[in-house]
Amino acid sequence: MTAPIDTPIETGPAAVEETAAGPRGLLRYAVTKLGGALLSIGMVIVATFFVFRLIPGDPVIAYTRDVPLSPDQIALLRKQMGLDQPLPQQFLDFVVKTLQFDLGTSYEYRRPVAELIGERFGPTLLLTGVGLVIAVSLGLWQGTRAAWNHGGRFDRLSTGVSLVLWSVPTFWLGLLLLMVFGAGIGPIPGMFPTRGMESVDAPDGFAYVLDVAHHMVLPCLTLVAVVYAQYLLVMRSSLLDEIGQDYVTTARAKGLRDDLVRRRHAVPNALLPTVTLVFIHIGFVVGGAVSVETVYSWPGLGLLFYEAIKGPDFAVMQGTFLVVCVAVIVMNTLADVAYHILDPRVRST
Amino acid sequence: MTAIAWTRRRRALGRFWEQYSRQRAGVVGAVILVVAVVVALATPLVSDPDIMDVTKATGEKMAPPSLEFPLGTDESGRSILGMIMWGSRVSLLIGFMSALLSMVIGTVVGIAAGHFRGWVSAVLMRITDWFLVLPSLVLALVLSAILGGGTSTIILAIGITSWAGTARLIRAQTLAVEARPYIERSKALGAGHWHIMSRHVLPNVAPLVLANTTLQVASAIVAESTLAFLGADSGQASWGGLLRGSYDWGAATKGAWWYILPPGVCIVAVVLAFTLVGRALEAVLNPRLRGNA
Repeated sequence: MTAPIDTPIETGPAAVEETAAGPRGLLRYAVTKLGGALLSIGMVIVATFFVFRLIPGDPVIAYTRDVPLSPDQIALLRKQMGLDQPLPQQFLDFVVKTLQFDLGTSYEYRRPVAELIGERFGPTLLLTGVGLVIAVSLGLWQGTRAAWNHGGRFDRLSTGVSLVLWSVPTFWLGLLLLMVFGAGIGPIPGMFPTRGMESVDAPDGFAYVLDVAHHMVLPCLTLVAVVYAQYLLVMRSSLLDEIGQDYVTTARAKGLRDDLVRRRHAVPNALLPTVTLVFIHIGFVVGGAVSVETVYSWPGLGLLFYEAIKGPDFAVMQGTFLVVCVAVIVMNTLADVAYHILDPRVRST
Repeated sequence: MTAIAWTRRRRALGRFWEQYSRQRAGVVGAVILVVAVVVALATPLVSDPDIMDVTKATGEKMAPPSLEFPLGTDESGRSILGMIMWGSRVSLLIGFMSALLSMVIGTVVGIAAGHFRGWVSAVLMRITDWFLVLPSLVLALVLSAILGGGTSTIILAIGITSWAGTARLIRAQTLAVEARPYIERSKALGAGHWHIMSRHVLPNVAPLVLANTTLQVASAIVAESTLAFLGADSGQASWGGLLRGSYDWGAATKGAWWYILPPGVCIVAVVLAFTLVGRALEAVLNPRLRGNA
């Protein structure tokens, strides 16, 4: 820790707590991180409980929304939702139910929220997974190239493009692509489907895979364009930090080829902080997924969440919020531990 | 304040300006910003708010650009250009205010977490990390859906969900400042927590705060437009709200590019301008970036 202002990661508690090296140190680290993650999840549950109590008006009316109810039904629901209990009891019930994956019932869909979320999980995973893999590879590759020829034409061009893409709201890019390549404009014909994940008359087998892939082109392109810019910028600045280091000069002095210096020495070191940053910002990708799924009516969690906001269907909103937050925290913790295993610098200091 | 101090300040400002004007991208960004702010401020002088009224719309529905309506009309025949001009006020206001809120929270938490050791710092950083990891857009959507529409709700929702990065940055800088000998001297002379934080740490982190606020406004404007598009709007026509309308009325599939392109270009231009200015300020003010940029 020499530089006074470090990247956020290195100033975190993780970097300070390191003491023992080796497998025991790693175990302790993993346990600490796991504890932190559990604490974060606990905070999410507590925050969810209290934030959703801020809803103005009668919760029963707010949750059932537009469904006509008799006074008896309202009383019954009040009992079912536990609203006749004192607040601490309500809180306890909420925690127990959440831990049992009982996320309540949606009155919009008249189905358990957990079931709805389970259904929508796959499409989101598919879209964000494919998008993320493409965005990370593209971003890291171009970021490396830009930093290595620092100040060159490729560097200026790619930095400029990513700054512009970084400023573009995801949903607007989605709208543009939808207009140009989905609906078609002027001489450009509509080449891709504008909504959904599969055709109405979706075929079976391999043809089905192709059909889904065809539907996924535009949503995936939108997500990649917005997300990869960020990775490019991070990788570029991370590699620029490494280029000035003594060991790079040494590697060059040894007479190594430029290509080898880059691949064997500089890039692996620059990669690690970048990967962590990528995972810390996974929440950003989730936000992007909500926009993309909304624009293209992709039947995933993001669309479910958007429809819940629009409803508003508070039960679904609450459930999706919980699931998304927990998923993000879990991914982050995994990345943290993986980083620790991969980077000897963090382990030994 | 003595005359010498003022001379020193004027000279420092001159130095700052000289360095800033060398950042070409930063100057371009500043020019765009000035134009945007002037348009936002001047709109009530040259335009009548009635043009946003659906019942008083004069144009044809979804008409392409013409002489009367330079950017065409929307689904109820209102001028898109007029809507964009009035929308700039909402978008910029929400952008500025929520960035301000986020900076205040971030600076206070950051300085406190850096100054106090032990459990105060641990608890503050735990909360900061929590906010940093959570998907801020999702959280902001939930907040604005629950608290109900309105400009202040949107400002609150964006401000509360976006301060964590700033807090970390400010904390790191606070730690660096407090490690310097003059803080120890100040403590030896009997300075209290408040004195050290407000007189020594704050002036030292202020430049960083300024650069960061500029970047924060950029992301706040994107956040506002996204919230408005996803249905959590302030009830007033903003750029994001316009795009929401274009989506609801199927402008994309009808090929009504004049409804989709201009509001988005405005968002991108202003956000890019704030980003460029923020980066230029950072390059000038951040000692770590200065010299090797």
